[in-house]
Amino acid sequence: MKQFRAFVKKEFHHILRDKRTLFILLGMPVMQIIIFGFALTNEVKNSKIAVLDNSRDAATSSLISEIEASRYFDIERNIYSYNDIEQTFKAGRIKLALVFPQNFGEDLQHFNKAHVQIVADASDPNVASTLTNYASAIIMDYQDRITHDRHLPYTINTEMRMLYNPQLRGAYNFVPGVMAMVLMLVCTLMTAITVVREKEMGTMEVLLASPIQPMKIIIAKAVPYLLLSVVNVASILLLSVFVLNVPVNGSLILLSFESILFTLTCLAFGLLISSSTDSQQTAMFISLTGMFLPTIMLSGFMFPIENMPLPLQVISNLVPAKWYYLIVKDVMIKGVGIESIWKETFILAGMMFFLLAMAIKKFKIRLA
Amino acid sequence: MRTLRFLLQKEFRQIFRDPSILRIIFVMPMIQLLILPWAADYEVKDIHLSVVDYDHSDYSRQLVSKITSSGYFILQDYTASYQTALHEIEKDKADLILEIPASFEKNLVKEDEATLFMAVNAINGTKANLGGAYLKSIIQDYNREVRTEWIQFPRFSPETTIEVSSSNWFNPLMNYKYFMVPGILVILVTMVGSFLSALNIVKEKEIGTIEQINVTPVKKYQFILGKLIPFWVLGLIILSIGLLISRLAYGINPAGSLFTIYAFAGVYLLAVLGLGLLISTFTTTQQQAMLISFFMMMVFILLGGLYTSVDSMPRWAQMITKVNPVSYFIEVMRMVVLKGSSLADIKTHLLTVFAFAVVFNGWAIYSYRKRT
Repeated sequence: MKQFRAFVKKEFHHILRDKRTLFILLGMPVMQIIIFGFALTNEVKNSKIAVLDNSRDAATSSLISEIEASRYFDIERNIYSYNDIEQTFKAGRIKLALVFPQNFGEDLQHFNKAHVQIVADASDPNVASTLTNYASAIIMDYQDRITHDRHLPYTINTEMRMLYNPQLRGAYNFVPGVMAMVLMLVCTLMTAITVVREKEMGTMEVLLASPIQPMKIIIAKAVPYLLLSVVNVASILLLSVFVLNVPVNGSLILLSFESILFTLTCLAFGLLISSSTDSQQTAMFISLTGMFLPTIMLSGFMFPIENMPLPLQVISNLVPAKWYYLIVKDVMIKGVGIESIWKETFILAGMMFFLLAMAIKKFKIRLA
Repeated sequence: MRTLRFLLQKEFRQIFRDPSILRIIFVMPMIQLLILPWAADYEVKDIHLSVVDYDHSDYSRQLVSKITSSGYFILQDYTASYQTALHEIEKDKADLILEIPASFEKNLVKEDEATLFMAVNAINGTKANLGGAYLKSIIQDYNREVRTEWIQFPRFSPETTIEVSSSNWFNPLMNYKYFMVPGILVILVTMVGSFLSALNIVKEKEIGTIEQINVTPVKKYQFILGKLIPFWVLGLIILSIGLLISRLAYGINPAGSLFTIYAFAGVYLLAVLGLGLLISTFTTTQQQAMLISFFMMMVFILLGGLYTSVDSMPRWAQMITKVNPVSYFIEVMRMVVLKGSSLADIKTHLLTVFAFAVVFNGWAIYSYRKRT
């Protein structure tokens, strides 16, 4: 035990003496939460569009002003010929073009029927389909209003309520994801190089020649980083609540406990990377390219998992961030208790023990 | 010139002698390029619907069967209590509740008006919005059917209809992979370029071999060039392999010219490599270099418009994208590959990135000291 304490102390010295790294490790998550919490959203708003109005009458101009008034669209310019659309798209200036045919207003008045064309730049299909839907919805609303003014018989009205997130803020969906991503990356990165660094610097020889067991070495390396992670968890939670205004509707204690469980999983994963590689560069590269894109893409906060092909859905179960994301969303926003998330918790704990065991097993007591 | 040749020889040897680095440089990006684009699809489909039917009339059943046959919705359950339905939403089993109040049919027929209630899980705002809109339009369709059942309309229907036809240019099949593959390729090229160059000099510092270079007559610019060129070449090789993969695996043939892509990539790589070098001159350990370059990469990539549209970011974040080389390359890649934009279309992008390259590299050479 004394041995172990001394070892933990050594690791602490390592970390505390390198002020620059310490600063980065504690400051990075804060910056990331702030930047991404505010800037990342898959809401589409203020998209630049162009209007080709061949009719120029009262109906088109009131419809156009309604589109301009919505937060989804900014009318960038008016164009005057159909052929200009393609050039404007190619220069990347607009995402969508609205084309009103001649006599739009007249058709609407006399025949109760008119036609609008929406041309979207589908090189980004996500934005294209969302924008097309928004534009059609605005046009439909406009049409409904005309119809409604006439009091038709047999009308079905609809009333819609938005649960959990009445203002439809993107942050409610993204902040839990950003939390998972930032914690995962910082924690994995922290431990990913601790062991391999000793190998590269040659100090591993000394450790291996000492009577301390591999398991103790590994765990002693994780302890200081766990404390750092707790600081990070606290700052991330505080920022999410007070700066990004995402409420904690469930129990804060439960949320903190789950967050620490998740950081432990990530630390264990970092240790596994560290004890199975030979150079810092390799370790870093694995934890970056190996973690970064998959965590973003497969944890479910950017892209819905149910849309993925089956093999990827299966793979996504191996991404710890996915489970943590589900937990955070449930506890923070829906405000449910442990009874709804015990399964996710159990899976995370299982992953943590497995990864830690692998890290210890992979730790070689002889240098090549 | 001869000095440079020897330096290059040294660098290439160093890279090719480390098999694990080589594996990482070449194999990992390729695997990612093959796997990840399949995950990038956030089209809203298969919305799980929970119906609470207090009415149990012919009309309510007709409406539900119309909704389920539309293809957008999957009927998760059909209950007679709002609580049960809400519980389904809590468990993430359902996304949307449609509540049909008691005497819905009666009100519609007798009072000419009836109201339906919907409740949407709005944590994911986009999905909530679209799901609600789909459901509303189906209900409107149904409304129209009910009306024609009861009344004979005159020749010109008093219901106003604005027909909306939409067309999707440049990617008519709405294939998400066409959109993601060029973007992911940019990320992979960037990661290899910036990380490896950032780590390279620092590694020499950490291991102590930089001393040996410092005592040689090698000039500053020669040293920097010797570090730059190998990774520049590697970056272009990765780009080529990536383009080949996107052609073979995803059938993506750039609509624009390959020359445009390579010309831009060449300049772009100079800029990212310069950034990597700059980081490495300001740090002392690989850990620091990596953490910093990783932090910058993350900001660059996530704010680069790969996943989320730059237009919807707040103003200050849009300002960041102006100094973000990654966002320029992503945009150019998509413009050239999907829309066939030419060099003239991307002229400003090219000049901006060139300016980045000059600034980063100039700064790196300036601040590199042959002293430790």
